[in-house]
Amino acid sequence: MRTTFLLGAALGLSACATTGGKAQTASSDPAPAAGPGKGKGYSHDPYPSTYHAYPGAPTLVTHVTIFDGEGGRIDDGAVLFRDGKIVALGQNLAAEAGVTVIDGTGKYLTPGVIDIHSHLGDYPSPGVQANSDGNEATGPVTAEVWAEHSVWPQDPGFGRALANGGVTTLQILPGSANLFGGRSVVVKNVYARTMQGMKFPGAPYGLKMACGENPKRVYGSKGRMPSTRMGNIAVDRQTWARAQEYKRRWDKYEEKGGEPPSRDLAMDTLRGVLDGEIRVQNHCYRADEMAIVMDMAKEFGYKVTAFHHAVEAYKIADLLKANNTCAAVWADWYGFKMEAYDAVPENLAILEKEGACAMIHSDDENGIQRLNQEVAKARASGIKAGFTVSEEAAWKWLAINPAKALGIDDKTGSLKAGKMADVVLWNGNPFSVYTRPQMVWVDGALLYDANDPKRRPVSDFELGQPGEGDTK
Amino acid sequence: MRHLLLASAALAFAAPAAAQTVAITNAKLVIGDGSQPVDGGTVVIRDGRVIAAGPGVAVPAGMRVVDAGGKWVSPGIFAGFTRMGIVEVDAVNTTNDASAGSSPFHAALDVAPAVNPRSSPIAINRAEGVTRAVVAPETSTGSIFAGQGAIIDLGTGGNGVSRPRAFQYMEYGEDGGQAAGGSRPAAIATFRNALFEVAAYQRAPASFLDRGKDALLTRADAEALVPVLRGTVPLLVHVERASDILVVLGLKREFPTLRLVLVGAAEGWMVASDIAAAGVPVMANALSDLPASFEKLAATQSNIGRMKAAGVLVGIGTLGQDEARQARWVKQYAGNLVALGRIPGAAGLDWGAAFATISSKPAEVMGMGADYGSLRAGRRGDVVIWDGDPLEIGSSALNVFIDGVEQPLASRQSRLKERYWEPKEGALPKAYQH
Repeated sequence: MRTTFLLGAALGLSACATTGGKAQTASSDPAPAAGPGKGKGYSHDPYPSTYHAYPGAPTLVTHVTIFDGEGGRIDDGAVLFRDGKIVALGQNLAAEAGVTVIDGTGKYLTPGVIDIHSHLGDYPSPGVQANSDGNEATGPVTAEVWAEHSVWPQDPGFGRALANGGVTTLQILPGSANLFGGRSVVVKNVYARTMQGMKFPGAPYGLKMACGENPKRVYGSKGRMPSTRMGNIAVDRQTWARAQEYKRRWDKYEEKGGEPPSRDLAMDTLRGVLDGEIRVQNHCYRADEMAIVMDMAKEFGYKVTAFHHAVEAYKIADLLKANNTCAAVWADWYGFKMEAYDAVPENLAILEKEGACAMIHSDDENGIQRLNQEVAKARASGIKAGFTVSEEAAWKWLAINPAKALGIDDKTGSLKAGKMADVVLWNGNPFSVYTRPQMVWVDGALLYDANDPKRRPVSDFELGQPGEGDTK
Repeated sequence: MRHLLLASAALAFAAPAAAQTVAITNAKLVIGDGSQPVDGGTVVIRDGRVIAAGPGVAVPAGMRVVDAGGKWVSPGIFAGFTRMGIVEVDAVNTTNDASAGSSPFHAALDVAPAVNPRSSPIAINRAEGVTRAVVAPETSTGSIFAGQGAIIDLGTGGNGVSRPRAFQYMEYGEDGGQAAGGSRPAAIATFRNALFEVAAYQRAPASFLDRGKDALLTRADAEALVPVLRGTVPLLVHVERASDILVVLGLKREFPTLRLVLVGAAEGWMVASDIAAAGVPVMANALSDLPASFEKLAATQSNIGRMKAAGVLVGIGTLGQDEARQARWVKQYAGNLVALGRIPGAAGLDWGAAFATISSKPAEVMGMGADYGSLRAGRRGDVVIWDGDPLEIGSSALNVFIDGVEQPLASRQSRLKERYWEPKEGALPKAYQH
């Protein structure tokens, strides 16, 4: 079955092998038709999402403090969601018949947390070598690899991120050994048997790029290019030049027909970036390097959506703003390598003050469980330095801003009517260390409830092991 | 103008000449021994040591008095397991003195001379109320023994080392097995052989010749392990799995003079009654809850709460959590243990007990509770005045005293923040703004 699917995808054909008239793919839908025609030279979605929302009861949460994720706040508010979607929020919402009402007095309600930078599934727990699938560290340009083909959907880390962190959406990236690390995948934080069962429907792909110390160290130590920062940029530029040529050949074929150019999976991804279909998520720490990368993007006609780990973003907040490029950062990591030496805890606050697009990220299976606390730290540092970011404004750093950078802000990332009902009820102010998620809904389905051991995920790996089903 | 600026900057980093005798009054006072905070408290420090703390304590005449104005006052944070002061940048080998993979020596290695009180993590953590820290060396392939760790102070006045050669550190479990050649049995054989050799050295040091770099135990290593075998310094053993913990407790039966401390103990809650019965204290990570390895399958944030409930003496360490520089995170971790108390089925700590896991408890785990970690009379005068609940995110240290001496709170991070608060360049490049 899987062989049929893979073969069909590789040939760029619609699913041709059927049994009883039903397409035999991991998704139950046939693969999209291939070319000719603009954008149809090959399938752009050969591993489609099979995610589906789980059933949920129509729910009204009342008397809560709401941060809507876009900077809005409602005191003593209420939120109604039904059929997986936010229906309404306000101060006085009447409970209709058949609606489950939850009294949230003293509690807070927010959109689900979005982590734009995770390696869950690719570097899962247990972190043994046999499970280490996050870096294809065999060449500096591996734009052909897709993180989703490494994702182990049974990583126990997904459940912890949900229950302790209220994380409902995350981007899983390949690692930073390579200049072009490969494609990312965005998933909903809902356990499934397959990766495709977690895949966020309609989320664009990202291209993970890296600048700085990692690529030069990994390849320099192998005695090959790049071994310096100038080598990094040289390999980048040569690769982009090839991508432009590849794009020209395929654009021509799709417009005018003739003999199809040979496929190059790495170039497919870069062509997707040049077409604006795939977003560049660029690991980069130093201010001076980010500036070079933004000019490289102009040189080759692409855009950097976000710099990740942007420890020195605060130094060039004005440049980032001018280039409409976001910075995804930690609250207080610093000093573990030279390019992390100039961290300041006011990074997010300075970016916000200067009007640049900013967000928190984890890059860590423990940190992802406390991103609300990381934002609380960043906000507190700003306030202490003299720039007050309101709680509701700071929540953008974990909600709408990462949603925008992922290209899914029309679907999630805030509590707006019509959006996915990805919702967290916190048992207190989520900027306090003393607060934890009480309930978490994804697409309106209640998938965590602190009071209900049956609403606590236990991954396949944990089943029958010491500690199974513990509160963790 | 520039000279004036330079002079003031230099002053900010200089050791203040404050007296070691000071009284802090009008405090929401945290003693650090597990008790709850009390209002209207006073701490009196004379010659660097606490002589009294509590409500209704009188201030002797002639002392410098600091009015806390009702703010929180607590002992400084005693960070239970770090590599602070011996690493500046992990990825720059020349600045990283945690391990020595190519050295013939292991147990003999002593971190004390490597401690740099001017390293940037010291200043950054001091500004967040960390005043003392356990600094452990790191093992490398070739031995289960990493060497001799120290207790450091984060003050600016001295060489940073409060107590050199305060303990020996070793690995058991997965890391110990790999370091010993590939298995847990190899680690146990290494351990037992080493202690037999140490006993031989102890009987006749003069006849215990140096065996060279290929020896199973060099003379210097044997000498360093003598106080371990005698039980005059603790042996910190990193161990995570429940069954491994029982094996380590068994070693204490074989060598009864050992003063064991378990470090890590992710599955400690499963054998908590055995640990308590053996009287062995634990330095545990607070929030480890992932089956990160096969020796941590049952890891849970309830570990510390459950061990404490079973009668185990337990403090918070930060093993494997950026030990070089993030000791300050223990405050957040302790706060999370309070939060855990509100989750049905979990075991958390009340506020007083949670604060104690980052003050008196780690000091007691190290056998140094008489000197550090609380504001009971006789302890070192390590005191912090906070602008809020010290376990809450956003609270800041306003004043930090170490041995009764008030400390500067600037760091290169605060200087960078000042320089780039307005990111755009001005009339001169940023390099001229200082």
